[in-house]
Amino acid sequence: MSTDVQADPAKSAGSASPLSQRRPLGDRGFQLLALCAGLLVLAILIGIAASTAQQGSDWFSTAGFKGIFSTVWDVGNNQFGMMAFVFGTVLTSVIAIIIAVPVSVSVALLLTEVVPRRWAQPIVTIIDLLAVVPSVVWGLWGILVLEPWIEPIYASIASGVNGIPVLDNLFGESNGGVSGASFFTCGLILSIMITPIITSLSREVIATVPAIDKEGAYALGATRWEMIRGAVWPHSQSGVVSAILVGLGRAMGETIAAALVIGSSVQVTSHLFVPGYSIPAVIANEFGESSGEFRSALIGLGLVLFVITIIVNLVARWIVGRSTRRSRGA
Amino acid sequence: MSVVSNQPTIDLREPGGWRRSKNQIATGLMYFAFVVILVPLGLVIFEVIAKGAKAISWQFLTSSTVPPNVMPLGQGGMGAAVVGTLEITAFAALIAVPLGILGAVYINEYGGRTWLSRLISFMSDVMVGVPSIVMGLFIFTVWVIPHGLTGLSGLAGSFALACLMLPLVIRSAYEMLLLVPNHLREASYALGATKSRVTLTVVLPSAVSGIVSGSLLAIARAAGETAPLLFTVGAVESTNTNLFSGATTALPLQIFSNALSPYTGAEERAWGCALTLIVIAFILLFVARIVTARFTRYTR
Repeated sequence: MSTDVQADPAKSAGSASPLSQRRPLGDRGFQLLALCAGLLVLAILIGIAASTAQQGSDWFSTAGFKGIFSTVWDVGNNQFGMMAFVFGTVLTSVIAIIIAVPVSVSVALLLTEVVPRRWAQPIVTIIDLLAVVPSVVWGLWGILVLEPWIEPIYASIASGVNGIPVLDNLFGESNGGVSGASFFTCGLILSIMITPIITSLSREVIATVPAIDKEGAYALGATRWEMIRGAVWPHSQSGVVSAILVGLGRAMGETIAAALVIGSSVQVTSHLFVPGYSIPAVIANEFGESSGEFRSALIGLGLVLFVITIIVNLVARWIVGRSTRRSRGA
Repeated sequence: MSVVSNQPTIDLREPGGWRRSKNQIATGLMYFAFVVILVPLGLVIFEVIAKGAKAISWQFLTSSTVPPNVMPLGQGGMGAAVVGTLEITAFAALIAVPLGILGAVYINEYGGRTWLSRLISFMSDVMVGVPSIVMGLFIFTVWVIPHGLTGLSGLAGSFALACLMLPLVIRSAYEMLLLVPNHLREASYALGATKSRVTLTVVLPSAVSGIVSGSLLAIARAAGETAPLLFTVGAVESTNTNLFSGATTALPLQIFSNALSPYTGAEERAWGCALTLIVIAFILLFVARIVTARFTRYTR
């Protein structure tokens, strides 16, 4: 996938009226077919919103808006507060973004500005490999390899920050100590998974920086780093921000890896090394055994996730659209 | 500033000391970031091959009965899941690839810059970001619930994966259609061809390599997805070759359920499935690369 940042929309040949007014039936049929395929996208999006809203309404009619903002999750007593899951989703994806963005943007710069073209292709292939490793394989690796390895590291960090005000709240032990299956482990796995998408989107944007800007910076005696800061960055800033948002949306919706490594514990806490839960993870883990209002609440959570990711992606597209308009105007 | 006249040789190559060091540090950090990416990829591929290779055998890949979790590795195998994954993914591709290409044709060839075309283009971009689990829930509510118990089938799984692949195919096909030079279209119109004929016989064939490789990447991504299948295909332990009726199973589902189980045999089977799945995905990726490298006609 990609954005059409530098896509030149100046096209649409042959839209001039054909010589004969009556076009053959097959021709019009094909146009109709193409139109239907295009409309299918809109139909599916509307269908998702409508069907999940309809199924989630059972839960919503009893819980109301209070249910969305409640943190009480008690399946036995039909209490389905969603805030703990929204919190977990946002926290793990923010961790993922904080880790993934510096790495991804650096690699994007490396690919476009530093390495010669014949080296860039193998690097892109490696990033593609990273992108096609299935989510569930990352989860399997996370739960069987990463977790046992990382738990003692968490423990030693936790004992190291013991008593230090802010750090203790973030990295210290919570009542049950620290766990390998935690918000942070999940964020770490998500960061690996979103690196390819942020890298490739950033690379596309950075590749559109006009050569004349770069040459101008070099002609003024700039080093490569100064050229990147002075010529590349201002030009690609908004595109990179949009790439980051797309990555954020991806991290929020990532299901199976999160379901395996997040620890499946419903809590809102400042501690990062303790088990948590996220929206997609709870749907994946609990949906099979659910029924009635519980199932309705899980579908409602799916709708909440859908709305959040749609908003994130809309903002990402809007930023790109605004910047291309501006650069076209200039 | 006056020119220093008694110093004829000025070293033009040399940026100042600190500036140069800063440049070197920045370049070093970029290479370091690449190494940071290599580490998890290397580790995961190493683990999957090291642990998966022990599980893989002809029997593992073809045996039609998935053994219960408690069983040791030697018995049964994942043939049912291999068949399920191949069937479900293939049928999803059969739905999503033609529709995706048609959608891209609409956006680029017919819609032009009308509001509807821009809306569809915008929304297909947004749809790429819709979480895969939401696609699963969608198909569950519109297909599985109305069909009751018979709703859980490979077909439902294919629908969910097709929803996931559709926007990916549209985006990549659209990008490729953009690259087709206009003079090809104009020349064909000048010969009196209709628009559908131009699209089918001139525009699409000249973008075919990009479209094929983009579609293969979408298929590779969908083949590894678990979330859309969780509530749509059910989970059975024996091979069900009939895509259209009856519950089936797939490799990602087997990895997911075996990863959560405490038995050694289950863990080993999960690694075996992971290796099989990664091999399928990597093969698709490399075919896509070869197609791009060998047959590309127009690039940016």
